[in-house]
Amino acid sequence: MALLNELAKKKEGLVEGHRLCPGCTHSVIMRQVLAAADTDKYDIVVAAATGCFEVSSGLYPYTSWNIPWIHNAFENAASTISGIEAMYRLWKKKGRTDKDIRFIAIASDGGTYDIGLQALSGAIERGHQFLYICNDNNAYQNTGNQRSSATPFGASTTTSPNGTVLQGKSQPKKDIMSVLEGHHMQYLAQASPSNWRDLMDKAKTALDVNGPTYMNVIEPCTTGWGFPSNKSIEIAQLAVDTCIWPLYEIIEGKVKINYKPKNKLPVEEFLKPQKRFAHLFKKGNEHLIKEYQGQVDKHWEWLLAREASGIGY
Amino acid sequence: MSEKLLNWDEILIGGAIKDPGNSKSYETGSWRVERPVWNPESCIQCMFCWVYCPDSSILVDENGKMAGIDYDHCKGCGICVEQCPTKPKSLAMLLEAEAKGKSEEEIRKEAFSK
Repeated sequence: MALLNELAKKKEGLVEGHRLCPGCTHSVIMRQVLAAADTDKYDIVVAAATGCFEVSSGLYPYTSWNIPWIHNAFENAASTISGIEAMYRLWKKKGRTDKDIRFIAIASDGGTYDIGLQALSGAIERGHQFLYICNDNNAYQNTGNQRSSATPFGASTTTSPNGTVLQGKSQPKKDIMSVLEGHHMQYLAQASPSNWRDLMDKAKTALDVNGPTYMNVIEPCTTGWGFPSNKSIEIAQLAVDTCIWPLYEIIEGKVKINYKPKNKLPVEEFLKPQKRFAHLFKKGNEHLIKEYQGQVDKHWEWLLAREASGIGY
Repeated sequence: MSEKLLNWDEILIGGAIKDPGNSKSYETGSWRVERPVWNPESCIQCMFCWVYCPDSSILVDENGKMAGIDYDHCKGCGICVEQCPTKPKSLAMLLEAEAKGKSEEEIRKEAFSK
């Protein structure tokens, strides 16, 4: 990977003037991905699902994209990109184009974990060449923080509020990486914008795979999660250091953990700065934090065991 | 939005926008409450501010080095200040109200005196 000074000289694919909240990391992730892409060799086409990033970067008559970008509907970013990719392959076969084009679909967790899941599953099964990036902000933040299947255990949202009966969401988060791994795709990765070098390497690798690839990226949301706008990158780093968001790749079924924290922090470090978890620190709710820690540890140990086993497909 | 709205027959099919990256003309800098101020003397050109800036508001010169801050688009989130690794930091936040009507030199002095 080139030095940042080299990357900074490149023409940006995503420009300023979008209307994301101050401190939102959607654009940070996308800028890192586009900086990593080898745009001297190939062009990039992006399809977006409905979400924060779509409404703020494509607000008619403005667009923040310097590259071709299409929005269709909430559920079908993967179907849209597979249609474009199929047409590109036909054009190439017929000699109508000799360009090398790579395809990216972006969505948030609502458009991936819930609404877009069947379109994504279908597109992966058909074997289109595209990279699907899920910017996971843990809820439907665009419409004002409603619970999704990506919302972690204990988080308070407008549809899983904390009160006298419920203490935030009572179900654990969906493990989308395992769900998609069942499609036996060549490359899946989980990344964080705080570890930019790791994220860039993964994006570059994924774009070079001849087939569907998937990246799950944590996207701290200042308004939904409730922390000051300057802490976004720190919160992402805390999620990595507590192993709530482990950085790993699955290459043909083999798990490779890219970062093992030297001292694994307790989950409280990640929960404490965020308003959506404030109720977990009330008296009498200690068992909830313990339960969450148990879930995180179990998943981390399972990952470590899978890496040690070295079994692929 | 101050400019004239398009007529129905001026809109392209599918709502396509033929001018890529035209959001540059929309200045999000007016949202800012606090502004980051850069001190080039202690800056080590690590470019962490560039890689973490959500609003592409770190200006870069032809050598890929940091050249300043784009105050037309910076929303003042403060991530650059938080992520600046030098000690003392080469970026500091200053309230817009305190920066109003002052020269660049005075603003820098004010921001780094705290």
